[in-house]
Amino acid sequence: MFDYNFHWRPVLKNLPDLLGAGLLTLQVAVLAMVVGIVIGLAIALIRMHMRGPLYWLATGWVELARNTPALFQLFFFGFGLGAFGLHLSPFAIVLCGLSFNCAGYLAENFRGGFQAVPETQLRAARSLGMTAWQAYTRIIIPQVFRIVYHPLTNQLVWAVLMSSLGMLVGFRELSGETQFFASRTFRIFEYFAATAVIYYVIVKIILLASRLLAARLFRY
Amino acid sequence: MIEIRGLEKYFGALQVLKGIDLDVAKGEVLSVIGASGSGKSTLLYCINGLEPIQKGSVIVDGTDVHAKGTDINKLRQKLGMVFQQWNSFPHLTALENVALAPKIVKGKSKAEARDIAERQLRHVGLDDKLNVFPSALSGGQQQRLAIARALAMEPTYMLFDEATSALDPELVGEVLDTMRLLAEEGMTMICVTHEMGFARDVSDRVAYFHQGVMEEIGPPEQIFGNATSGHTRKFLANVR
Amino acid sequence: MQETISFFSGFTPNDLWFMGEAALRTLWISALSITIGTVLGGVFGWMLYEGKLTAALTLAPVLDIFRSVPLIIQLVLFYNFAPIVGLDLDPFGSGVVILTIYTAALVANVARGAIEAVGKPMRRAARSLGMSYWQDMRYVVLPIGGRAVFPAWVGVALGVMKDSALVSVLGYVELLKASQILITRTQEPFLILAIAGAFYFALSFPISRYAAKLEQRWAQ
Repeated sequence: MFDYNFHWRPVLKNLPDLLGAGLLTLQVAVLAMVVGIVIGLAIALIRMHMRGPLYWLATGWVELARNTPALFQLFFFGFGLGAFGLHLSPFAIVLCGLSFNCAGYLAENFRGGFQAVPETQLRAARSLGMTAWQAYTRIIIPQVFRIVYHPLTNQLVWAVLMSSLGMLVGFRELSGETQFFASRTFRIFEYFAATAVIYYVIVKIILLASRLLAARLFRY
Repeated sequence: MIEIRGLEKYFGALQVLKGIDLDVAKGEVLSVIGASGSGKSTLLYCINGLEPIQKGSVIVDGTDVHAKGTDINKLRQKLGMVFQQWNSFPHLTALENVALAPKIVKGKSKAEARDIAERQLRHVGLDDKLNVFPSALSGGQQQRLAIARALAMEPTYMLFDEATSALDPELVGEVLDTMRLLAEEGMTMICVTHEMGFARDVSDRVAYFHQGVMEEIGPPEQIFGNATSGHTRKFLANVR
Repeated sequence: MQETISFFSGFTPNDLWFMGEAALRTLWISALSITIGTVLGGVFGWMLYEGKLTAALTLAPVLDIFRSVPLIIQLVLFYNFAPIVGLDLDPFGSGVVILTIYTAALVANVARGAIEAVGKPMRRAARSLGMSYWQDMRYVVLPIGGRAVFPAWVGVALGVMKDSALVSVLGYVELLKASQILITRTQEPFLILAIAGAFYFALSFPISRYAAKLEQRWAQ
């Protein structure tokens, strides 16, 4: 037992690369969140206000995103679309997969958020002569965002954790980069241990930033 | 002038307004009384187009509210509305609550909108609460904020939907005082209310609604002193 | 030429059998991990609730690590760590260990929520009837609190079932790994992914629907 010699030097040498890859992880997660928020809002509104094909498309999206593994979704955007001659880059595969997943989960959060804003708020806004668009963008959605703020933060954390699946589709974000170095040096444990710490720090930074931002955004 | 002709309104199969004919002239204060479910609140929603109607018409200053081509958002600027649930926007300060609509609906500059908001908040006695969020205001203050918010659009008419019904009794007075002030300033008002004192003292005319029908309308002395309809007399005997 | 054709053979009924077996392995590793992880998580949750400061300073941060590091990193890390400390674990064993701890870390919060949901007055009432601490736990806290968080637990369990796909990274041939193998051979990614997705969906969708129904009924 413990006749294994830990070698941290190579890890230390590649630390800047790992941190750079960590930034890429954060970037793809944030980007997926932005896309997920826009589509998630649209899905929530469609499911609340529309019937017909668009409703079923939105519902299908939500149920597929929530009831299949994220890795399956990534594979779908990888091999699955490949079947139709559509070959995405590893970055695009991860971005599409994560956005698809985030949109599905966020749509349900948004739906709950919309239901929590009293209907009378819309009436009050409309009675002042605001258009439906103005009422939603100025009155309803800002309140929805406060209600779903914590779920939103959690989803961003999930997106960061989920982006690690990138290493299985050839994307060199933090996990992919780690695997690359680990397989070259055979110091698998050391590299992945360092990466685990980096993920942990990224998650903690997100949670801290979210708390600071909330204090500034929600003074009411 | 608001002209209502043969107005009928259904919620599904339920008819809540059964052919209302009513004119409200500029400068008039009309109180609408009646039991809950008599259709009086629905009447207000039909006047500013928040509820579609099935028959008849509502004409505001010559414009048909429910006609296809009507720019309803433009028309609503003439019709300020105050709700039973005060509906202040919780994510905006008192000042922002009032300034928002002048800014984005009427296209006023930021400074102009702010001026208007400050003036209207002073008008309703909230000039010391400009930067306070609604959650820190009492129900009465929030309702006055809602009045200021409606007034900021410089409406020709004000519609009050049971503006004091959701308030604690000790907060009713301040809101009624504000409404009384508006009446004295010559604002045209339609007030759906349960406050008989207000209806009697402030209104030019009082209308009594019963099960979707306007049973009786006339000066307060007539309604409160010498009502012709049995329903009206019974209702008034019960609320007093 | 002849060889290529036989190598890339089409999808056969045999392959369906292969996927079925893999699906059973997905079920087996999930069921095992969820069961042990739930028991362990229940104990952790109780410790978090009763342990107050001690637990908050010791157990809570440890569990937090498992929620802040991607599961795939945990798996690789543990799989490579086990031999260092002299443990001889195959991919299945490593997968069960990590999935179990991961489940426990998530269930711990759910379980603590369950105890908190019962509320002091009701528990005081139970104790005032002469129930012992454990009787109170068994006959009051478990049924009432358990019911309150049952939908949340279902969410965790289904999440672990879907995340079990990640054990494929260690070479364990569960459903998604089997799909990947078949895709490489048959070059029919769409069909195979559709079958795999349908399996996960068929398992997850009815259960999550049922949990949502229960939640609605219990909320009334």
